[in-house]
Amino acid sequence: MSEAVPALSGAKGIDWALAESPIAGNLRQFVRDGAALAATATVAAFVLLALLAPLVAPHDPAEGDLLRRLQPPAWMSGGEWAYPLGCDALGRDVLSRMIYGTRVSILVGVLVIFFAAVIGTLAGLAAGYLRGPVDIVISRLVDILLGFPYLIFAIGLMAMMGPGLSNIVLALAYKEWVLPCRVVRAETLAARETEYVEAARALGASRVHIMLREILPNILSPVLVVATFRMAHVIIVEASLSFLGLGVQPPTASWGSMVADGRQFLLEAWWVSTFPGLAILALVLAINVASQGLRDAFDPRLQS
Amino acid sequence: MTPLKLAERILQLVPVLLGIAVIAFVMMALTPGDPVEIMLGDARSTPEQRDALRHDMGLDRPPLERFFVFLGNALSGDFGLSFFHRRPVMDVILERVPATVELTLAALFIALATAIPLGVLAAVRRNGWLDRAATIGSLLGVSLPGFWFGILLIMLFAVHLQVLPVSGRIGFGQEVPPVTRLLLIDSLIAGRLDSFAAALRHLIMPALTLGLAMGAILMRVTRTAMVEALAQDYIVFAEAKGLSRARILGRHALKNALIPTVTVAAIETGSLLGGNMIVETVFGWPGLGRLVVEAIFARNYPLVQAAVLLYAATYVMLNFAADLLYTALNPRVRL
Repeated sequence: MSEAVPALSGAKGIDWALAESPIAGNLRQFVRDGAALAATATVAAFVLLALLAPLVAPHDPAEGDLLRRLQPPAWMSGGEWAYPLGCDALGRDVLSRMIYGTRVSILVGVLVIFFAAVIGTLAGLAAGYLRGPVDIVISRLVDILLGFPYLIFAIGLMAMMGPGLSNIVLALAYKEWVLPCRVVRAETLAARETEYVEAARALGASRVHIMLREILPNILSPVLVVATFRMAHVIIVEASLSFLGLGVQPPTASWGSMVADGRQFLLEAWWVSTFPGLAILALVLAINVASQGLRDAFDPRLQS
Repeated sequence: MTPLKLAERILQLVPVLLGIAVIAFVMMALTPGDPVEIMLGDARSTPEQRDALRHDMGLDRPPLERFFVFLGNALSGDFGLSFFHRRPVMDVILERVPATVELTLAALFIALATAIPLGVLAAVRRNGWLDRAATIGSLLGVSLPGFWFGILLIMLFAVHLQVLPVSGRIGFGQEVPPVTRLLLIDSLIAGRLDSFAAALRHLIMPALTLGLAMGAILMRVTRTAMVEALAQDYIVFAEAKGLSRARILGRHALKNALIPTVTVAAIETGSLLGGNMIVETVFGWPGLGRLVVEAIFARNYPLVQAAVLLYAATYVMLNFAADLLYTALNPRVRL
């Protein structure tokens, strides 16, 4: 039943070739967007790097060689090609640590967005479809969490729970679910008045069935768009927490803490802070460009 | 907006602020580590002395009681004693607020001064090279991690070129008598141009770090709003009347396009408060953000609670102000 209704159009005069498979049509448009495609390839490269880190990294990220303390990048005098981007204050290979650092950024980004999307979608469906007290409780909680500046909330939680990878994921997911929740609630409010939901109700479908089988498939695109677009933000917040020393703990390499490590040596070793920061910029930029492409292709109403 | 509607909107803020207070309290109450041990540090103390201190700080009372005491006191502006400074939390915080306000205002100024002209030009010359450059620039701006951009600025201007100071707010011997506690203004009041220049030199890098990131967002908003405004019938009509290009842009299009820009600017100013913590840490800026980061590491609960509440309340109020502003500027919207 739900397949017969295109997810986002509902207007007259729709292109039926697209309506038969809206996702395929959206994908076609996405592929035509060159910048978005290149950005997606960049993100994919980072993911591969994260997965294959032990195979790709030239050195052990945690093993230092004090003789190579603050050794400059290969192209500078005193550098060597075995350590292309130089070494940090403990003589550890900057490139290897960056490659391993990819794991933290990607893992945190993916997990936070996954949990946030699942929780936010379920909460948004419940609030939007059931209305009444459920809606009031969820919406108030959303309002309260929105009242917290993001970083302050995360820093407070990290102080409470202590540093570590799983705690970062929790601290960020606790607040992040609010955004998909708001989107899903608004979409559900609109969807519950449509004919296909009306029809399912008339046929005696249960509320759970209507929410999960009828409404959910039709509102997935905006969730997808919000999720990818927020992943960039989550990655920056993780890096900021690690920079402040509240994130992943040493010796695990994370881009944010690598930038912090290099702060004391700006005068003699600019490379320690500079390269990990470039990596953050590259990944976040790629995600932003890709998500913009997704937004344009999947949700014309949200077009920038 | 009718007075009744306004009262309703203000009433809606109460549960939000109360919820924030609960979360701020629970967050700090559950934080591991005994503040008494941290306060005393290595100093020798008997268990009795520690108990006395604990009692003194109210830490031996049940959590619920502590919350209501905290809330009651907070409403009267009393957040207790800062564990570290042994002075009222509010005094310690208020001391740091002017530095943060000065930095935030400077960042806001930079953001608006870059975003509005660039946004307008990008919209007028849509798809031209400037539009493309501005789009790429704003994408870079939102993707730049603030702490790293700050460090790059330090490396370039403070370490390499040595034209700007690395950290702080003003140099030794350049202090001026406090009036507004905003150094740029106070130095002008005191007639000390050397102090003004010093304050400005200290302010530039942190303000740029915060301001350019915000400007990137505002530029996009201005551009979109301007493109929309320029497509309206009244612009076509103004053109048909033979009005000059400058007049059409300034008086007709920009006036309407600024509504979303101002609204987003108010909301983003709230987010700047969070960004302040990072930027103040990077630049050793003696503001509230750095104070909070230090307090978290020192488990200085009362101070963190008070600051979190203050931040959240400011944020909620700015959003509220943005709503009101939007309604006031745009008669078509009725809340």
